[in-house]
Amino acid sequence: MVSDPVLLQTVADLFPNGVGRYAVGGLLVGLGTVLIYIGTGIQAGASTFLESTLSYVSDQSRFQQYVASRDWRLVFTAGIILGGLAFAATFQSGVVTSSLYEPGTTGQLYEVAGVTLWMTDVQPWRLFLGGILVGIGTRVGKGCTSGHGICGVGSASKTSIAAVLTYLTVAIGTAQVVAALGVSP
Amino acid sequence: MSDRHPLFKPLIFVGGLIFGFGLGFSHMARPEVVLNFLQFDDLGLLFVLFGAAVVAGIAFAVMPRIRDAAPLTGDPYERRLKSFDRNVLVGGAIFGVGWGLSGICPGAAYASLGVGNVTILWALAGMFFGAYAQGYWRSRSQERDTATTGTD
Repeated sequence: MVSDPVLLQTVADLFPNGVGRYAVGGLLVGLGTVLIYIGTGIQAGASTFLESTLSYVSDQSRFQQYVASRDWRLVFTAGIILGGLAFAATFQSGVVTSSLYEPGTTGQLYEVAGVTLWMTDVQPWRLFLGGILVGIGTRVGKGCTSGHGICGVGSASKTSIAAVLTYLTVAIGTAQVVAALGVSP
Repeated sequence: MSDRHPLFKPLIFVGGLIFGFGLGFSHMARPEVVLNFLQFDDLGLLFVLFGAAVVAGIAFAVMPRIRDAAPLTGDPYERRLKSFDRNVLVGGAIFGVGWGLSGICPGAAYASLGVGNVTILWALAGMFFGAYAQGYWRSRSQERDTATTGTD
């Protein structure tokens, strides 16, 4: 049944870069979440960092509820940034290779001090405008791809599943419309 | 907090490190890859999203049965249950437009900076601006509500 060549080709077309890097990456993202949860009981999301960090510089009442968690959220985010850099210094630089890691062809590679870094081709106005909407939306909607998507779905929370279905559907529609309008990259 | 275990922050840091490495390795930290997923050109990102949720879900289900409380905080192992209201759908839709336009979400944006993507600072600036605008508006409407009830 699986040996049907047409079916195999159809499946392969959906995964032009294989699934190795995605599956391993997802596993690691999950493990990072699990490590924090086992040690602290905290189900960490990434978007609360925005509000908790704003509490250092703003005295708006809305941000004050995050004063207690703002220090560790800063540490969590520093870890995420340096984790990205650790990936850049190893696999992205080609120092470490694996059959499970497929290098990409998007964006621009450049080198600083022997480390291969990567930069997007997606236009700044898309990133800035998208960022504003992400900043508003995750805060109004109580979570993002990690809070709702990983922790919430992992907890089988109906609220989070509803949130994920909403943003996934809207994001797919938006990306299709933007592409149809000829915006690229 | 000062009464926290000395390993609290180191553990959070290492957790973040693995989390960010995974976002880099999976290429989810690359906006192009997210946009290709949303346009159905490469569905590999499903393995990141659901792979991470399944791994985390196993721990969320198992830990409360093994131990009563987390070693570094003494906090009980609880599920992440946020209350459902209209905001979840409205916020989710606004986030969806932003994600579909830029290919960037908060965690992946931090990791993207780590892989060298300095252009992502535009997205980070936007996120802080959006979160501030939302917080400013919410603080104002909260004060107005309090003021209204105060005059009753």
